Amino acid sequence: MYPDDLKYSKEHEWVRMNGNIAEIGVTVFAEESLGDVVFVDLPKAGTDVGQFAKFGEIESVKAVSDLFSPVGGKIVEVNAATTDSPEVVNEEPYGTGWLIKVEVADASQLDELMDSATYQATLE
Amino acid sequence: MLSDKSQDQILKKTVLHSTHVESNAKMVPFVGWDMPVQYADGIISEINAVRNMAGIFDVSHMGRLEFKGEGAQLFLSSFLSANILALKIGRGKYNFICNEDGGIIDDAMVYRTGDQSFLLVINAGNADIDMEWINPLVAKSTGFNMNVVTKETAMIAIQGPKAVGIVDSLSNGEASNIRRFRIGNATVAGIMATLARTGYTGEDGFEITVSADQGEKLWQTLRESGAIESGLGARDVLRLEAGLPLHGNDLSTETNPFEAGFGRFAYYEAPNSIAGAALRRISETETDRALVGFKMTGRGIPRSGLNICESNLGNNDESNVIGRVTSGTYSPTVDGGIGMGYVDQKYSATGTKIIIDVRGRPVEAEIVDMPFYKRI
Repeated sequence: MYPDDLKYSKEHEWVRMNGNIAEIGVTVFAEESLGDVVFVDLPKAGTDVGQFAKFGEIESVKAVSDLFSPVGGKIVEVNAATTDSPEVVNEEPYGTGWLIKVEVADASQLDELMDSATYQATLE
Repeated sequence: MLSDKSQDQILKKTVLHSTHVESNAKMVPFVGWDMPVQYADGIISEINAVRNMAGIFDVSHMGRLEFKGEGAQLFLSSFLSANILALKIGRGKYNFICNEDGGIIDDAMVYRTGDQSFLLVINAGNADIDMEWINPLVAKSTGFNMNVVTKETAMIAIQGPKAVGIVDSLSNGEASNIRRFRIGNATVAGIMATLARTGYTGEDGFEITVSADQGEKLWQTLRESGAIESGLGARDVLRLEAGLPLHGNDLSTETNPFEAGFGRFAYYEAPNSIAGAALRRISETETDRALVGFKMTGRGIPRSGLNICESNLGNNDESNVIGRVTSGTYSPTVDGGIGMGYVDQKYSATGTKIIIDVRGRPVEAEIVDMPFYKRI
């Protein structure tokens, strides 16, 4: 449910680091709380985002939630699949349902995120 | 993304509450009741079940009032906007409870269950307000008894293209003798039941009332017969797809039946009608605004409370506002964003392009005829 190789934010987003590129999505807890995801609004690649700043919106049938970036930097890629098929966020939140990739400005930002065990403890 | 779980208020429970919890329904507070918003497979799956097969809904939280006696008919005609004096035995009518100004206190279904007996079904969220309106009227009248039977009965709606067949198979074919917008009694799965061939989804089906202690058995039997448990989330989308208004969103005391486009359900000729004079006056004048349906043509989902703007300017400036969204959602049946809202009368024509201000983002939409979905 909460892979050990990811870092987590209290807003229920996850980060997977590849070099200085952070792949970002929402956790199983988030997608299950939302229910069926029907709309994802993401910024254009090339946009800058601050750590813990809003970068988009995710909507279920009933509700709208803001998306907050766990790390700051330049958005280098957005996942077009979530625009065409928002249900991938429910189906594979840690895989094909990723949302954005950010070139991390400062690696020390990761220290402010949680590991899997710490994140899971916040859910109880 | 967290839902607020700190509920100080003690929530009411229907007799099916533990059944929903055992089915892993997501329970949420809804107008003072702890109700299932969805079950394990999710809202979209439930919507598809109702559109393609049959779904069941626990609607036991809705207010149910029985009126019996020789004076019942005349009494109901004083505060309901249906022509009660002409309502035949076994028939139901959609109607409004309006105040002296024609404002809508609630919308309701009234059924004539016998020569001198009637059933009135009101919104759960308005039950207290309705009773504050109705009780003083009852106190001034004679010749009938009013009984609130919400707690002693359970009400289950079964809706969808297979709904009538399922209930037929459990009632030796008695159910389908009851035609659309009619009400009758039948034995369903061995249970004495009152069946109203009405609903809130745009599909054929029944709203079945049984004594509270039989609710669980009826629910399980309908499930075993293939009906899919469906929650309030699906119900809200289904009713919007069917172009049916929700009081509190699309209707309120600040709106009247004519601007909402439901003037045909606002009969005002009853001699003792409390709202009659106001409704007649409103019917004779052009309303300033109209409730319209619209479909998103740009990327976005409309939500209640968002501003509707004039389209030619192509922006969502404050000075450009021509109305407000009262209901909106993503519709899996239409595969897009749909909504209802009030707009200035001159922008209400079908085909008019509008802009929805989606939290600061202008998104294009177009006014369309309702319903968005039609089977019946």
